[in-house]
Amino acid sequence: MSLLELRGISREVRLPDESVLPILTGVDLDVAPGEHVAIVGRSGSGKSTLLNLLGLLDTPTSGSYLLDGEPTDRLSARRRSRLRGEVFGFVFQQFNLLPRRTAAENVAAPLLYARGRDYLRRRSTAREMLDRVGLGARADQVPERLSGGEQQRVAIARALVRAPRVVLADEPTGALDVETGAQVMALLAQATAENGAALVTITHDLSVAALAGRRFRLERGHLSPLVEAGALGAATSDRGPA
Amino acid sequence: MTGILGTLAEAWDEVRVHKSRVLLSLVGVFLAVFAMTSVTALGLMVAQVQQELAERSGGRAATVAVNAWDPVTGMPPAGEAWDAAVAELVQRYDIATAATIAYGETRFRMPGGTMPVQTRRVSPNYGDLHRVEPIEGRWFREGDRESLSPSIVVNEAFLTALGVPDLSSRPTVVIGGADPVRATIVGVVREGYAEELVAYRIDRSAGPWDAAAAVDPATAMYGGPSTLELWVPADQTDLVTETVKHDLSLALGGELQVDAYRTDPQGAEETIAMLRLAIRGAGTVVLVLGGLGVLNIGLVTVRQRIREIGVRRSFGATSGRIFAAVMLESVCATALAGLLAVGAAIVLVRNLPLERLLNNGIPIADLPGFPVAAAVEGMIAATAVGALAGLLPAIIAVRAKVIDAIRF
Ligand SMILES: Nc1ncnc2c1ncn2[C@@H]1O[C@H](COP(=O)(O)OP(=O)(O)O)[C@@H](O)[C@H]1O
Ligand SMILES: [Mg+2]
Repeated sequence: MSLLELRGISREVRLPDESVLPILTGVDLDVAPGEHVAIVGRSGSGKSTLLNLLGLLDTPTSGSYLLDGEPTDRLSARRRSRLRGEVFGFVFQQFNLLPRRTAAENVAAPLLYARGRDYLRRRSTAREMLDRVGLGARADQVPERLSGGEQQRVAIARALVRAPRVVLADEPTGALDVETGAQVMALLAQATAENGAALVTITHDLSVAALAGRRFRLERGHLSPLVEAGALGAATSDRGPA
Repeated sequence: MTGILGTLAEAWDEVRVHKSRVLLSLVGVFLAVFAMTSVTALGLMVAQVQQELAERSGGRAATVAVNAWDPVTGMPPAGEAWDAAVAELVQRYDIATAATIAYGETRFRMPGGTMPVQTRRVSPNYGDLHRVEPIEGRWFREGDRESLSPSIVVNEAFLTALGVPDLSSRPTVVIGGADPVRATIVGVVREGYAEELVAYRIDRSAGPWDAAAAVDPATAMYGGPSTLELWVPADQTDLVTETVKHDLSLALGGELQVDAYRTDPQGAEETIAMLRLAIRGAGTVVLVLGGLGVLNIGLVTVRQRIREIGVRRSFGATSGRIFAAVMLESVCATALAGLLAVGAAIVLVRNLPLERLLNNGIPIADLPGFPVAAAVEGMIAATAVGALAGLLPAIIAVRAKVIDAIRF
C-alpha cells in the first residue's frame, strides 16, 4: 500500500482582484514507504505548493490525499498538526534554523512537540543525530556561525530527529554551491535511507534528481514522469529493487 | 504532561534567547509593580500603625467613655455607690470590658530629687482595651490590688531617669508625699514623647497609701475625675450610650450628671479603604502603561518571528501550543519582573525609617511586617498584565499562514 497517495489534486488561490490562479491541476502521485522520489520543475511551477500539501501544511482545493490509506480531508486541525510532526520531517531551501539557538537546540526543537520518553530524552537524541551528520563537534554553535552546508546538515539532523516516515525536502541544495550541494544531498539520501524513511526531494537541479529512484516533472501545475534522453535506462533500473 | 512541560520549556527558551528584548519590555512592568507594591504595602502599614496608635489613646472599637459628676460641687460620685452601679450595668448588658482611667500626678523620688510624673490610674483591663503591650515585664493584674507594695508600669524614659537599664534588678521607686511608700516596677511600655516620663498605677487598691492619697487635697487638685470605659459591640454603641446615661444616673440617685460618648477612632476602616482604592487606581494606570509597552514589543517581535512560528508548525506544533507558547512567554517574563519588583519593594519598605516617618521617631511597639496582601497583589497584577499583553500577539501567531511564513 502507498504511504502517500494523491488523486486528482488541484490547488487554486484567489488573487486580490478576485481572479482565480490555478497552481496545481489534477496531480496524481504515490509514494511508497522508504522510496526516494524527486520532483523537478522550474521556479514558480508549483513545487513548494505540492510539498506543502504533502506535508499537511496546506489543503488542496479539490482531489483526495490519502495518508496510510486514510483520507486527510476530514482531519481536525489538531490531528493534522500531530500527524505532521509524527510522520514528516522538513528540509527547506533557506535551512530555516531557529536563530540564536545552538545546533543542538535546533535539532532538539521538534522533540518539544513529542511526548514521553522522546520529549524527555530530547537533548541526548539531538546530540546523537548531530553525530550522525558529522557535526557532533559543533553542537553548541549557533547557526549564525555555521557555513551553509553545515546549516543544512543541522536541518537534516533536525528533520530526522523524530524518526519520520517521510522527509520532504524543498530545494535542499538551492542555497549551496554545487560541490557542497552534492555532499549535502548525498548525506540527505543516505541518512533518510538508513532511517528507512521515504524522501521526496523537490529541485530544479537534474543532478540532484538523479539520486532518486523515481523522478517527476512539474510543469505549470501538471505532474508527469520525467523522461530524460540518455538517463532513461538508469531511471528504469533504479526503480526495480527500491 | 510532557505537553505542558514542553510548552513551559519552549516559553522559557524564548525568554532566555531574547533576554535583552524581554528585559527592555519589562522595565515598565517592573517599575509599575514596584511602585504599586511599595505604596500599597506602605499604605497598609501606615494605616495599621495609625490604627494602633489611635487605639492606644482612644481604645478599641467601640469604646464608650462614661463620666459622672455632681453638677453642683463638680465632685465625682462616692466610690462604693459608683462601683456597685457599674458592676450592675456591666452584668446587665453583658459588657465585655469595663475599665477605668483617671489622670493624675505622682511624686516619685528619683536619683536627682523628687519629680512629679503624669500618672494614669487605671484598672488592669485598661490594658486590653488600649492594646497595651509591655516591651518588658508585664501589665497589671487584679492581684496587684492586694499587693503590699503598689505595682507600677513605666516607660523607658522613666527607667532611664531612675538610672536602671531594665527590670532584671527588680527595681523599685519611692512614691513621696505625706505617707511615702516603695512601689515595684512590674512592666515597661514604649510610650511618651522624647524625654517625657510616663507611669501607670492601679486605680484602686487595698493599700493604706491609697486611702490616704484619696483624701489628700493636693492629689485631688491635680487628679482629674475617673472615667469609665466600656468595650461594647460597635453596632450597639448608640444603644449602650443612651442606656448607660439613663441607668447610671438613676442608680446614683438622679442627682448626678452622667455623660457617655464614643472615644475609639472611627471611620478608620473607611479611610484605609479609600486609601487602598486610590493607590490601586494609580497603580492600575501605571500598570496599564507598562502593559502597553509589553504589548507593543510583543507585537513587533511576533511579526519578526512569523517564520519561526511557521517552522515550529512544521514540527507539529498545534495552534494551542503556538498560542500557549507566545502567551506564556509574556506571562513568564512579566511574572519574573513582578517577582523582582515585589522583592525590591520588600527591601525598600523594610529599610525605610518608618518610626521616624510615622511617629516622630518614637518607637512603635509592634511595627507591622511587610503585608503579604501587597506582595500577592503585586504578583497577580504582574501576571495578569503579562497575560493581557500576550493575548494579541498570541492570536496573531496562531492566525499566521504557515505556508506564507516559511516561504522565502
Ligand atoms: N498564496 C498565494 N497567493 C498567490 N500566488 C501564490 C500563492 N502561493 C503560490 N503562489 C504562486 O503560485 C506559483 C507556484 O508557487 P510555488 O509552489 O511556490 O512554486 P515553486 O516552489 O515551484 O517555485 C507561483 O507563481 C507563486 O507566485
Ligand atoms: Mg519553491
